[in-house]
Amino acid sequence: MQLKFQVKGMDFSRAGQAATKIKKALQLAGMDPATMRKAIIIAYEAEMNIVIHAYHGTLTANITPHKVEIIAEDVGPGIPDIPLAMQEGYSTAPPHIREMGFGAGMGLPNIKKSADELDIQSEVNKGTKLWAAVFNN
Amino acid sequence: MQQYFHSVRLDEEKCKGCTNCIKHCPTEAIRVRKGKARIIEERCIDCGECIRICPNQAKLAITDCLEKLKDFKYTVALPAPSFYGQFKPEVTPSRVLSALLALGFHDVFEVALAAEAVSWAIRHYMEVCVDRPRPLISSACPAVVRLIQVRFPSLLEHIIPIESPMEIAGRMAREQACRKTGLEPDEIGTFFITPCPAKVTEVKQPSEGRSSVDGAISMAVVYGALLKRLEMPAPYPVAPRASGVGIGWGRAGGENEAIKAGSLLAVDGIHSVISVLEEIERGGLTDIDYLEAQACTGGCIGGPLVPQNPFVARVRMGNLVKLYSAGEPGDFPRDFDYYRLKTPIPARPALTLAKDPQVALARLEEAERICAELPGLDCGSCGSPSCRALAEDIVQGYARRSYCIFELRERLQQLAEEMVELAQKQPPAMGRDWKQTRDGGGETD
Repeated sequence: MQLKFQVKGMDFSRAGQAATKIKKALQLAGMDPATMRKAIIIAYEAEMNIVIHAYHGTLTANITPHKVEIIAEDVGPGIPDIPLAMQEGYSTAPPHIREMGFGAGMGLPNIKKSADELDIQSEVNKGTKLWAAVFNN
Repeated sequence: MQQYFHSVRLDEEKCKGCTNCIKHCPTEAIRVRKGKARIIEERCIDCGECIRICPNQAKLAITDCLEKLKDFKYTVALPAPSFYGQFKPEVTPSRVLSALLALGFHDVFEVALAAEAVSWAIRHYMEVCVDRPRPLISSACPAVVRLIQVRFPSLLEHIIPIESPMEIAGRMAREQACRKTGLEPDEIGTFFITPCPAKVTEVKQPSEGRSSVDGAISMAVVYGALLKRLEMPAPYPVAPRASGVGIGWGRAGGENEAIKAGSLLAVDGIHSVISVLEEIERGGLTDIDYLEAQACTGGCIGGPLVPQNPFVARVRMGNLVKLYSAGEPGDFPRDFDYYRLKTPIPARPALTLAKDPQVALARLEEAERICAELPGLDCGSCGSPSCRALAEDIVQGYARRSYCIFELRERLQQLAEEMVELAQKQPPAMGRDWKQTRDGGGETD
């Protein structure tokens, strides 16, 4: 089944809500706790990336008994150097975002750690598409 | 035998079938059916929120009564640290302990003392096991532990594998009593004086094997019986052995104050606990070493079975902590294995829609569809806590679409309109105008 959520840039008051709904769905579907944890971390970090960096986007979860796919598509500045963005601690978040406790440069590295498969496509000044999969064993 | 023991029960006579409790249950474990609240056993975590909210006092906690003391040759009272905060300043801990003896117990062992020992064990574990996932979560509040089993199974590995102060107190008390009396361990009864139903359940249905505590008696019951005996002479004088460090465990933040190492976070109140656990679940708070989490607002002094106002108790407890702050650390085993939880805490997947993931997913999809069509008012009239919960109940076969009074009303309205329309139709033989039309005739409306 598919769950799809609209995510707005800079909307910190509702940030994380889509990830919470995905978690509830995974729990109802009886996914393994380990699968659930990995998928929540990916969904949350991907959602936050849209909130912090992009103008707007969508967060999608495709759930099957054997696999959870998280897809985050946004319209935004894009990522010029993906390998650099994957490094722990590297962040382009402006100071006011960091002061809120976000933008520590752990978003993509955390996603990478949790995902069994990961693909990121980005075009500067257009947007980013992140696709991650977690296998339910 | 039922699968789960629960301390929280319903008084059928008092329950009016209002929907206050279903709305406040953190695990959506209550439904109203046939005018009475029903608890879904595998979901209930015995937090006691429903006891607090029920306007008709229809929710109660089953605890042991003082009569049970007669089942043992020698009995030891285990007062929870929060017990000290229930009395006026002139009623010193020493008088409280003496009165417990006057009440019929042969001896007293303070849980606060065990709390000091557990504080040591937690500090030790944090130093030695640096590779464990952070933050570690306290195992002291049984309602929080069960909340994690039901709603946050992926966080079970965060729970520190150390027994609760109550369990440790029961063990230490029994060992001490055996030495003192020469009796067999089975002949000694240990009784926890409990501020909450969750602890009763922990005693009756421990996560591993058998509890070291033989019974749990409501603090409110003991308090009432004790007030009459405060002036009575004790069979022998008892002095409190616990220091402020252990006594402070009875209020929110006290556990962390006792640990005093690393970066510590304290959260109290079940709904606040849930939001912090959600944050940990999505990978946050890794900079915190230890989380003290208590289901009741204010900590154990805010328990549903506690007689005194928790804010008053908090002040009194604060004064006692200061008064006994100079106390020497108690005499307890400095061997970590003494405190270690022997078996891992299992998950309790009570929220899944079906055992088979394929079926569960199909039901989930169906529930999403139904939920989108329901009015979304979360009124509770259907007996489920929200429209979403009703949709989940429907796909599992526990409820019907017609339980929604708004949908029922709409359908009745449609039906009524149809009936009016039908009522206006009459057969031509009963006097309706008959117009001959060019192509052969028929009725016109």
